[in-house]
Amino acid sequence: MTQLIWNGLFVGSFYALVALGYSMVYGIIKLLNFAHGDLYMLGAFAGFAILGAVGGVSSSMALPVLLAVLVVTMAVTGLAGVALERIAYRPLRRAPRLSLLITAVGASFALEYGMRAAAGADPRVYPLRLGGSSLEVAGARLTLAQLVLVGVAVVLMIGLNLLVTRTREGRAMRAIALDPTTSSLMGIDVNAVISRTFFIGSALAGAAGVMAGAYYGKIDFLMGFLIGLKAFTAAVIGGIGNIPGTMLGGLVLGLLESFGTFWLGGEWRDVFAFGVLILFLTVRPTGLLGERVTERV
Amino acid sequence: MTGVPDTTPEGAPEDTVRSTAADTAESTDGSATAGVARAAAPNEATGETANEAPGPARKTAEVRRRGAGRPPTRASRLLQNRWAGLAGLLLALLAPFVDATPYALSVMTSAAIFVMLAAGLNIVVGYCGLLDLGYVAFFAVGAYTSGVLATRLDLPLVATVPVVIVVTVVAGVVIGAPTLRLRSDYLAIVTLGFGEIIRITANNLDVTGGPSGIYGIPGLAGSPVAFYYLTVVVVALAVLGAARLGRSRIGRAWRFVREDEDAAEAMGVHTYRVKLAAYIAGAVWGGLAGVLFAAHLSAISPGSFTFLQSALVLMAVVLGGMGSVPGVVIGAIVISILPEILRDLADYRFFLFGVLLIAVMLLRPQGLWPARSKEVP
Repeated sequence: MTQLIWNGLFVGSFYALVALGYSMVYGIIKLLNFAHGDLYMLGAFAGFAILGAVGGVSSSMALPVLLAVLVVTMAVTGLAGVALERIAYRPLRRAPRLSLLITAVGASFALEYGMRAAAGADPRVYPLRLGGSSLEVAGARLTLAQLVLVGVAVVLMIGLNLLVTRTREGRAMRAIALDPTTSSLMGIDVNAVISRTFFIGSALAGAAGVMAGAYYGKIDFLMGFLIGLKAFTAAVIGGIGNIPGTMLGGLVLGLLESFGTFWLGGEWRDVFAFGVLILFLTVRPTGLLGERVTERV
Repeated sequence: MTGVPDTTPEGAPEDTVRSTAADTAESTDGSATAGVARAAAPNEATGETANEAPGPARKTAEVRRRGAGRPPTRASRLLQNRWAGLAGLLLALLAPFVDATPYALSVMTSAAIFVMLAAGLNIVVGYCGLLDLGYVAFFAVGAYTSGVLATRLDLPLVATVPVVIVVTVVAGVVIGAPTLRLRSDYLAIVTLGFGEIIRITANNLDVTGGPSGIYGIPGLAGSPVAFYYLTVVVVALAVLGAARLGRSRIGRAWRFVREDEDAAEAMGVHTYRVKLAAYIAGAVWGGLAGVLFAAHLSAISPGSFTFLQSALVLMAVVLGGMGSVPGVVIGAIVISILPEILRDLADYRFFLFGVLLIAVMLLRPQGLWPARSKEVP
């Protein structure tokens, strides 16, 4: 039981980390960035490349090295996200929403198969594996690596929340989410803030990618597809566009999946998750913490 | 909302009135839907997909429209010609006389089935403006329903068609009913999830044969050539049906919803019902294409129904021009034949498709062979 809860929270923190980028971008420019899951994949591969360049790492140094790689990868995926926004999304910001969505699908496709062309179709084994000792807490087995990864995720999420609620930058983001035109009249550089939002969201996805690579040990070019869907589910459960809600949604989805797997069997896990998504959209489309928004005409 | 000034009956341009004269029978009942759908016609003149954005957006929208507002070039007039469809059909019927190797026939049959899929998705995405990213789910539902019935109950494949229609309609309602009330972008993700649900379910169930799928599905015709002709005829009917639907009263309602859902709602179009109708029509088209697919390959497995397939169909629709039947048909043929020609580029194929999708949206959002409304001169 506690094991199930812990597993759920662990997976859920990954979902939350990826979902945050989704949610931020959606909150600010109302775009579902389909390519977000692929930025996660990109992060995993960037981390892979960096680790490969560094060479062998002794297991005692694994954690510090991983943290360093994490930072570099976050910068790389963040910049990739900014480039994506600049090339594919910005010219279409005023276009019909359908064009924007289709562009996002195209971007996701280009990233996935571009990576396939660059790195090959076979899964790669991560050069660094987090093993380590495990300890028992209240009947659940947790490894040190899991604790560290959850810790990193929590730190990133708290940092993000502080950024959005306490800083000038965060205030600008919230202003744009409310009304981009008025924000620009108030002296906010809307394009720059949107770029930075993409940077932060993509960096978080990249961080999750490296962590997933190091934890599960295997990466491939389609790994972002499923997690992108799951992250969206998490964002919807919590209330898309709402940051604490999205974090909560990630954890809830992780727990639901953990218990769903236990009851129904692992092969039905994804079906269960998407079933929950459809249920949520039917019953409570605003999510757990989302506010009801009336669509402006 | 640029179309709004035109929606008042007094302000309607003369040509709109003329175009509506064709269906006087409908206007006598004075139903709001018909009137509204007609009022949307002025928007069609531009061939624009949607222009809901007011204020600062308008300038961009006008720039974007410039290309589409041009008088038709010779090539596009050729495409609009009423004989173009017939010529295309003739071409498809004559193709086996040029090359009737099993390989060529197989490629051409697949291409024809793909055309049917694209015509179905065009109803949903092109006419109604709903992004369906899990369209392959209906394809899978159709293929599996007919495959399971034909192999387990020893039914001939034709006999499964009514069941397939019922099942796909039910699937369309189940997935459309909860999500079509929501914003369109939610629909995109939910359909994506639905596509995965169907694929994983087919992968897990025993009745669908698990990962190895179903094999030994009876064919629909004796020889590959006969089956090719059968497919071409069915697909031609399906394309024609989709085109007629698009020009019907509900087709006008679909385009109105696509152009401006709020205005449509305000004018009395039951947008939810209209969208559901589009979704169900798309589902049935996809399901029937699935039957053809099952008959063509005689074996189906979950691997044939991945997101990749949905994305390719979407690509065909977008490339050809959303809402344009000739464009979508050509787009589908290009997308399905191109990989056969460019075998050497196999590794880069999907990457190029992705880039192409972005490029089309950025540079030519109306598609390569855009729709031009017949309702304006």
